[in-house]
Amino acid sequence: MTRPPRALVILAALAASFFAVPLAALALRAPWASLPEVLTTEVVGSALRISLISSLAASALSAVLGLPLAWVLARVPFPGRSVLRALVTLPLVLPPVVGGVALLLALGRLGLVGGALESLFGVTLFGTLPGVIVAETFVAMPFLVLTVEGALKGLDPRYEDAAATLGASRGLVFWRVTLPLAAPSVAAGAVLAWARALGEFGATITFAGNLPGETQTMPIAVYTALLRDVDAAIVLSLVLVAVSLLVLVTLRERWTPQA
Amino acid sequence: MSLEAQVVARAGSLALDVDVRAAAGQTVVLVGPNGAGKTTLLRVLAGLLPLAEGRVTLDDEVLEDPAARRRLPPERRSVGFVFQDYVLFPHLSVLDNVAFGLRARGRAKDEARKQARQWLERMGLAAYAAERPRVLSGGQAQRVALARALATRPRMLLLDEPLAALDAGARAEVRRELKSSLGRFDGVRLVVTHDPVEAMALADRVVVLEDGKVVQEGTPADLSARPRSSYIAELVGLNLWRGQGLGDRVRLDSGGEMLVSHAPMGEIYASVHPRAVALYRSRVEGSPRNVWRGRISGVESDAGRVRVRVEGSIPVVAEVTPAAVAELSLIEGQEIWVSIKATEVSVYPA
Amino acid sequence: MKAGRIAAIAPIVGFVVALSACGGDEGGSGGQAEASRVTVFAASSLTQAFEAMAVELEEDSPDTTIRFNFGSSSDLATQLEQGARGDVYASADEANMTRIVDADLVEGEPSVFVKNSLEIIVAAGNPEDIRSLEDLENSDLVLSLCNEECPAGKYAAEALAKAGVSVKPDSLETEVKAVVTRLQVGEADAGIVYASDVASAVGEVEGVPIPDDVNVIATYPIAELTDASSAAGEFVDFALSERGRAILEEHGFIVP
Repeated sequence: MTRPPRALVILAALAASFFAVPLAALALRAPWASLPEVLTTEVVGSALRISLISSLAASALSAVLGLPLAWVLARVPFPGRSVLRALVTLPLVLPPVVGGVALLLALGRLGLVGGALESLFGVTLFGTLPGVIVAETFVAMPFLVLTVEGALKGLDPRYEDAAATLGASRGLVFWRVTLPLAAPSVAAGAVLAWARALGEFGATITFAGNLPGETQTMPIAVYTALLRDVDAAIVLSLVLVAVSLLVLVTLRERWTPQA
Repeated sequence: MSLEAQVVARAGSLALDVDVRAAAGQTVVLVGPNGAGKTTLLRVLAGLLPLAEGRVTLDDEVLEDPAARRRLPPERRSVGFVFQDYVLFPHLSVLDNVAFGLRARGRAKDEARKQARQWLERMGLAAYAAERPRVLSGGQAQRVALARALATRPRMLLLDEPLAALDAGARAEVRRELKSSLGRFDGVRLVVTHDPVEAMALADRVVVLEDGKVVQEGTPADLSARPRSSYIAELVGLNLWRGQGLGDRVRLDSGGEMLVSHAPMGEIYASVHPRAVALYRSRVEGSPRNVWRGRISGVESDAGRVRVRVEGSIPVVAEVTPAAVAELSLIEGQEIWVSIKATEVSVYPA
Repeated sequence: MKAGRIAAIAPIVGFVVALSACGGDEGGSGGQAEASRVTVFAASSLTQAFEAMAVELEEDSPDTTIRFNFGSSSDLATQLEQGARGDVYASADEANMTRIVDADLVEGEPSVFVKNSLEIIVAAGNPEDIRSLEDLENSDLVLSLCNEECPAGKYAAEALAKAGVSVKPDSLETEVKAVVTRLQVGEADAGIVYASDVASAVGEVEGVPIPDDVNVIATYPIAELTDASSAAGEFVDFALSERGRAILEEHGFIVP
């Protein structure tokens, strides 16, 4: 067993406490006595419901739209492909609130496309659950696209060649060979997207607004509660931490390489 | 049934320009060094790579003709392809792998599976029907890949290095089985390999590709007797030199002269089997006419025989027994006398 | 492995879903689904008073459900302009109500239903011994104010200007209740909020009165919005009624 240098151990301990102490503070300051009561209030219940529905929908939408996009990026050479890839990666780097502003300018009532949406179909996204889903999908889809694109690129193209020589049309090759082989990465990408969507704040509050019972997701509820009722904020935070921990624990095998 | 293909194609930096003919019931083996274009040629015939120029016809059906703007995509060709390392679908069972082609071409699931099961039985692998390909040994996977390709009853069978993924122990056995399987297939058969033993064992005809061009064609015997490139010579295990024929001797392009029984005038190839090259510790008086001194540059043993490389005025490879190696202390750097009878030198026009 | 993972996630998902189902209400869009549902957008200073009013109203008419969206009056006005759907809007100043009127979102005319005055807010026991607006100039004090977007912030700036006091706030909050929270958790020493806000957190905080000559009186208009549910009128009427005004007065507001 190697004995690490002392300075390294000290710095590592410091780093560990950087994460551990705030989380411990959260647990210690929690109003454990009034927890059941706070947990069942309307604020918490509706925030959870909105967060769950919107994040799952955003993850599903990311998969449905993201898989074809990933396929095109991985397999179809066309001029401007690298520009498209950069565009798709942008929400990863952009501050989420900037994404929210951009969405507002495009899909808001006075926006590029939003104006038409309202006048032709009577559809507004602000203040609605679909608006939340749009904002969350915007920030979450890149995770799925990049994960799947990487997996598709790593896929031996000879599987698809073999299927073709056996008589499979291009559609059949996609459904019965490419997709099943890419499925694990699509699942991993969907989980990443879901986790990202669950935690999204800036884009959602900017584009969909902060309406309790309609668009107030868990992160937004925490932020709002902090302004008025610190105990509620702590409880909501704990719920989010618990959910995140559970996701990490049950999926940790994905992150550690298989033997 | 037969294949006629004039192929001009590009793949990366390789420019392929070959004419290939193959009749049904004949196994044509494509050999050549790495990068010669063998796999590329197979992919073109399968439709996985487009022709730049030329035409591919199978049994009077034009599969591809750029000039006539005709190109059948791979899924519409009646071709079975066995890939190097088999490329079995890992997410499907062995049975569904074999059934894949049938289902892709419209057969109902049950019907396809029934036929697939029959193929597996023929290959002796029925017990593995429900397993995933990853549990199969190399030889078993090869049989499944072959069954998968044959299940759709293609008119042409293409095999890319079918034995390369196997370890040496399995190879001989699987090669024998492959030969008999191929023998039962009555369509056009093309096999690509870089292994000389495989080529000689499986081939009815051999086509040698180098740098995208056909360098020599013929039966294995033709090639063994008269190789026309150092690759082929290496392939069949002969010493080969190019030079000028001068009646009773030949002048080698690489330098030096050898006395021979008879040499036609003009450009020639001269070949000598390593077994006909004798080695002596000291110069010996005798009938062999070609005697010179050289230095051993390498000693390799291979399946009970030892090949000794000798550098000198004429570089040559000699084949001797291990006993001889021990007795004569044949080691690298050792000075040695080489002796070749004139009658052992085969000379033929280039 | 896969089955094990699903078995582990399932109970967690079940728990979270149950939590969201039993606490949350049944969704639906902005209050139009049922006639007896009212969504009230109200300035955050009205939180405690309006919640008390809602309890009484729902007792009176058990079919009516009242839902609140509290926030800074200007944020709420922005949301309504952006297309959020509400039935009633109650603002802490006329300016924000005018925005809504100008956006053609108001049914009929707004009515002023209550007023409020400003107070300095300090920790219980007034440890820093703050007596007047001038005392806020002390740079050692951690001072929290509402930002200029919210009515409370504007009013505070007015009062400070009238008193000739210039301060450098250490923190600008987005709504007046946030100033109260800062005081409650001890992150600020003083702030300027409404009298009703001090009353709502009595025990944890104290108020220091601001003299009438420099104080600012906030006027709160309330209005029914266009396309409101039928029960919206009930709420507005209740706010203007005797019982409503009594509740407001109890909570520290000034009833005209």
